[in-house]
Amino acid sequence: MDGIHDMGGTHGFGRVSPDSDGPVFHSVWEARVHGMGYALLAAGGANIDAYRHAIERIAPRDYLSVGYYGRWAIAMETLLVERGYLRPGELAARAAGAPVSSGPVDVAPEPPANGFFRDVAADPRFAVGADVRVRNLHPAGHTRLPGYVRGKRGVVTRVHRACILPDTNAHGLGECPEYLFSVRFDSVELWGDQAELAAPVSVDLFDRYLAAG
Amino acid sequence: MSGNGGHKHSHSENELRAEALEAVLTEKGIVTAEAIEAVIRLFEEDIGPMNGARVVARAWTDPAFRARLLDDATTAVGEIEMVMILEAPLVVVPNEPGVHNVVVCTLCSCYPSGLLGISPSWYKDPAYRSRVVREPRNVLSEMGLELEPGWEVRVWDSSAELRYMVLPERPPGCDDWSAERLAALVTRDSMIGTGRPRLPSEI
Repeated sequence: MDGIHDMGGTHGFGRVSPDSDGPVFHSVWEARVHGMGYALLAAGGANIDAYRHAIERIAPRDYLSVGYYGRWAIAMETLLVERGYLRPGELAARAAGAPVSSGPVDVAPEPPANGFFRDVAADPRFAVGADVRVRNLHPAGHTRLPGYVRGKRGVVTRVHRACILPDTNAHGLGECPEYLFSVRFDSVELWGDQAELAAPVSVDLFDRYLAAG
Repeated sequence: MSGNGGHKHSHSENELRAEALEAVLTEKGIVTAEAIEAVIRLFEEDIGPMNGARVVARAWTDPAFRARLLDDATTAVGEIEMVMILEAPLVVVPNEPGVHNVVVCTLCSCYPSGLLGISPSWYKDPAYRSRVVREPRNVLSEMGLELEPGWEVRVWDSSAELRYMVLPERPPGCDDWSAERLAALVTRDSMIGTGRPRLPSEI
């Protein structure tokens, strides 16, 4: 989806604020949410693609204001409601002090993904060194095609094994594995004449995102 | 949730949501408190930049390992005994004279967490994610890393399920050091590509 999460190349976010190594977690609630996210995925409450898509669907003003772990918590609520484990509004009611409305629920876990690589019968469409062009795709659902490379020409630098396709897996439409290609884009191709020179960007792109260039 | 423009949500709002979420997750039997705490302990105690530092130091001292690491990092890191979660395949990209690498995830915040631990806050913030693909030299300079003129800077956007780690160059002045001693020179940021390893004089 064309959303706030697709930040590559956008202007207006100011300077980077480096931090020191600091503590692993900055606060207790962030640590708890981190633990919840990993535990929920491990329990089969959602797959990683559905989880990322739930984050992308957070309203832009909230996406920018609640912080990284705030987004995780909102995404988990979204997934739990969509899967019927929570009623809409139940979490807010709980935060306001209401008791939990129902007892244990039957979790119908999705089977663990068992990695991301899959075997497919066909050979990859492109070899290392192939010129490719990124298709002008704007799906409303989940995709891992960053907007800044749409329509751009690049060169395949590495051909990976076929992987689970996030575009379908996020929506319960199956793994639909496709080959994954590392594609290098020249900085002038991406950003025009004002680009920093000798600053290529490499992006990992699925077969369906690419056309022969 | 109530978005309020550019203001940060108060911690208490996030805290309340997190507490309520944990309450419903555990009371409904979806996850256990023990599972949550096991994850926290893993990241607080066992997984962190020290793991990546051991990988880098080994690559600096063992050319055959370096070759295996660059060919298939996911398998090669398994040669080192340490706690890690290989949640995604790993790719290691080497700095060399004239070439500097830097890693980002513009779409979310993909990071080799299972090896390097929790990513720094700035890695997940909009400024870094939006800018480092477009103006890497400016961003690195703001973060205190000046690249020599004429060097190429290669940006790796972790847009799929591959995780990237930079293999920094070994600093001068530590030719006779053991891998264990060298690991102390390897910083988190040097493995993201936004910094360099420490110099021997700096530890």
